[in-house]
Amino acid sequence: MNNYSEAFKDIPGTVVFDGVQSRRGYHLNMFCMSLMKADNRAAFKAGERAFLERYPMTDEQRQAVLDRDYNRMLALGGNIYFLAKIGATDGFSFQNLASKMTGMSEDAYRAMMIAGGRSPEGNRSLAERGQRSR
Amino acid sequence: MARISAGLATSHVPAIGAAIDLGKTGESYWQPVLAGYDFSKRWIAEHKPDVVILVYNDHASAFSLELIPTFAIGCAESFAPADEGWGPRPVPAVEGHPDLAWHIAQSTILDEFDMTIVNRMDVDHGLTVPLSLLFGQPAAWPCRVVPLAVNVVQYPPPTGNRCYHLGQAIRKAIKSFDQDLKVMVWGTGGMSHQLQGPRAGLINREFDTRFLDRLTTDPERLARLPHIDYVREAGSEGIELVMWLIMRGALDADAREIYRFYHVPASNTAVGHIILENPR
Repeated sequence: MNNYSEAFKDIPGTVVFDGVQSRRGYHLNMFCMSLMKADNRAAFKAGERAFLERYPMTDEQRQAVLDRDYNRMLALGGNIYFLAKIGATDGFSFQNLASKMTGMSEDAYRAMMIAGGRSPEGNRSLAERGQRSR
Repeated sequence: MARISAGLATSHVPAIGAAIDLGKTGESYWQPVLAGYDFSKRWIAEHKPDVVILVYNDHASAFSLELIPTFAIGCAESFAPADEGWGPRPVPAVEGHPDLAWHIAQSTILDEFDMTIVNRMDVDHGLTVPLSLLFGQPAAWPCRVVPLAVNVVQYPPPTGNRCYHLGQAIRKAIKSFDQDLKVMVWGTGGMSHQLQGPRAGLINREFDTRFLDRLTTDPERLARLPHIDYVREAGSEGIELVMWLIMRGALDADAREIYRFYHVPASNTAVGHIILENPR
């Protein structure tokens, strides 16, 4: 893509939801959108695999949903506000989802937030860390 | 004629709404967050607006990926609280002000801002949590509200500079509205937070403090901050702060800061809140 989108790839641990990601994740995100209706939440819970077949996603995307692998879903075009609807269907808070994506326990994540959150120091730039952009 | 008396900005963290709705406001985790709004509740009771122009973003509630307006103004008579997956928040419906909303739409479009006009829209926590923070839990909201939804979910969102100039166009529109109304403009979202990926939980107190300082004293410089600086410094969801610049643009250049509050955390987010008054 252009320099505008490329520049964000230097930021560690972050997927910016640009046009490429939006096109990649369209059906994944529209599946998530369907979970705003109680009937769809019930149908999804009753048979996840079958429900996911209703949406023309890739098998990789379906598997990431079944695995509740949020970082994988982000990489495959999911947007966090859409993906949060899967979390809500499962009965998890946003903080729980955030802890999962960081690989921390929910308690450890919560304690980090109460202590002031994750510092930007060392988290601004891959280049600054001597690493390459994705 | 209508006039803009004041503006304010506040975070709109959904967990704060849940804490209020579920009666958890007495918990030690939430007390310091809510206490930061005690002054503001008294202040707004004394300076009651007739209408609030409430700048917020929809979080995949009213707008999916089918249609993504950059700036959408709610022109309906009323707006229902959205079901975000847990059922709608138990808060009153939001009464709009179609006369003023249409006037702002016309004035800003003729001023070359290509607004999207919305006649049916449910409003999510981005709009209702700020109302709860300022007005508590009344049976009906004490003023009319014109929702102004800004896309900050799909990149690219509007630039800070565009937001600032839209605020100025809204100011011009309100000042030319032929009804005697006291209007406030609220900017919501932010401050630093990141909800996604391994970097989730990022908080940047220094960035936030500088943002709060410059919002009042040097908004034109602040408006030139590029998107990448927001994402790098304030987290991927810190980009919501561009919406505060719409509020700032709507106020006078010499508006005065009369209150500020900052607290970490509410769930994943740094809570920031500021009140600006226009000089008489």
